[in-house]
Amino acid sequence: MYTNLRESRCPPLLGSKRTLRPSRDGVLKRRLYVNHSLTMARIDLGNGKLMKMTKVLTDSRPIRLKGRSFLALVLTPELPFDSWLAQLDDLADRSAGFFLRRPVVLDVEGLDISRHQLVELIGELGKRSVRIIGMEGARSSLLTFDMPPAMSGGRPAPDIEGPAAEPAVEAPDVNHGNPATPVAQPESQMVKARPSIIINQPVRSGQSVIFPEGDVTIVASVASGAEIVAGGSIHVYGTLRGRAMAGSMGNAGARIFCRKLEAELLAIDGLYKTAEDIEPQFRGRAVQLWLEGEAIRAEALI
Amino acid sequence: MGKVIVVTSGKGGVGKTTSAAALGAALAQRNEKTVVVDFDVGLRNLDLVMGAERRVVYDLINVIQGDAKLPQALIRDKRLEALYLLPASQTRDKDNLTARGVEAVVGALKKSFDWVICDSPAGIERGATLAMRHADIAVIVTNPEVSSVRDSDRIIGLLDAKTVKAERGECIEKHLLLTRYDPNRAERGDMLKVDDVLEILSIPLLGIIPESMDVLRASNIGSPVTLADSRSAPAQAYLQAARRLTGESVQIAVPGEKRGLFGKIFGRRAA
Repeated sequence: MYTNLRESRCPPLLGSKRTLRPSRDGVLKRRLYVNHSLTMARIDLGNGKLMKMTKVLTDSRPIRLKGRSFLALVLTPELPFDSWLAQLDDLADRSAGFFLRRPVVLDVEGLDISRHQLVELIGELGKRSVRIIGMEGARSSLLTFDMPPAMSGGRPAPDIEGPAAEPAVEAPDVNHGNPATPVAQPESQMVKARPSIIINQPVRSGQSVIFPEGDVTIVASVASGAEIVAGGSIHVYGTLRGRAMAGSMGNAGARIFCRKLEAELLAIDGLYKTAEDIEPQFRGRAVQLWLEGEAIRAEALI
Repeated sequence: MGKVIVVTSGKGGVGKTTSAAALGAALAQRNEKTVVVDFDVGLRNLDLVMGAERRVVYDLINVIQGDAKLPQALIRDKRLEALYLLPASQTRDKDNLTARGVEAVVGALKKSFDWVICDSPAGIERGATLAMRHADIAVIVTNPEVSSVRDSDRIIGLLDAKTVKAERGECIEKHLLLTRYDPNRAERGDMLKVDDVLEILSIPLLGIIPESMDVLRASNIGSPVTLADSRSAPAQAYLQAARRLTGESVQIAVPGEKRGLFGKIFGRRAA
């Protein structure tokens, strides 16, 4: 996905992945939303007449559709299931409630089983409070409508330690003895594994750096007419003259940092501010920007 | 093997052709065998600026298409023995420039010349990308105003992406030539300052050419400014820039500034 300093042929990314909306704060003009009315025709079942009804959408804010990825535990059952379930019981005995709050994906790839066996296995797991949110690697003929949905495209994450090894790998800031600790653990691992890229050369006019996976750090300037699109935060250790779009895949926690702010456009999580709307006192200064509700906030650094 | 220099800018009218002719003549004045190649097919000007417009028989397109041999198309300058011109075609369009043809011509020129100077057309289209394609060194001609600086920035990006050197993973040598610099207007704030331009483009400075009537006069009499009046301010600036291209270390004088700052600006590489 990441195109390092490649010439972008497509029009700027605005609106292709997410629609940008102007940031709302006191200073800014708000975008005027037009009230859409939907007119539908249907045949009334009672009298057989064609009815026209008009549904007026009172709340005109657009629905935000977001993608988000979560870490799920993947269980890979092995045949015969009896002994595998016995092992699972042994593991669960060591830590009561290990599976209680965890979303579990069942990986049945390569298993030569019938639909009946699969239904039985899901039932057995259900008895053990293992909540299955999806099936990976299952032939479509195996799955019925009442089973968890098929999942694909999972990305590998670090292995999750079983309960026996738990105290050793626990993060120091996690409360000991708290039953919620097993949940906290995968999160801390996810933070460690969050991808980021570092670019050591100036980003020139006409170039785009697109990195939906995470943070972008630029140890140079971003020229007017250049564009940085990051799934996470954007750090510019130089002058930011181009466009910076942080949290482009829907991340309201993303921030933009730069050593000198001269940007043409700033966007976080789809909310944007153009150069005109940036408060003059931040121009030319080291600034960080973040999102507070529907408004982009700025603060001078140092 | 000679070195290939592309004189480019993105924006038109900033002084690419004037600079290509002046630098070519300045290098030839040092007895280094130099050829200046006009890539501006359809809008050729270099032959006029070099005073060779009445001696054009064959051109770059003829050579690429095999209608003429390279030595037939080369025009030797009447004033300087070491200076040659390969003119562009005025009647054909840029589609006749082919990647393979340009590669063959530039490759052949490199063998027999010390310097091959490619005068790029404005824009970022075919002509401009082919002119920079085989360059070892790029001279980016910029005026001290925002649109020119932004276009130059775009061109620098292309130089780092689309040249043979860049594709091989090497870095093309880039130099900034600031032209039409008017100290009075810079003083008044009507123009970008030298430091501002350097900060934005972050490439080393090759020279600052002052805005001068001498440039226009030289171009009207069909002579590179370094030949027309080598004592004029722009000629001196071009001659010094040429010396820097050959690797000499010469201090850069900012026109209008009497002293100081020179050392600070020369060779500076802004982050």
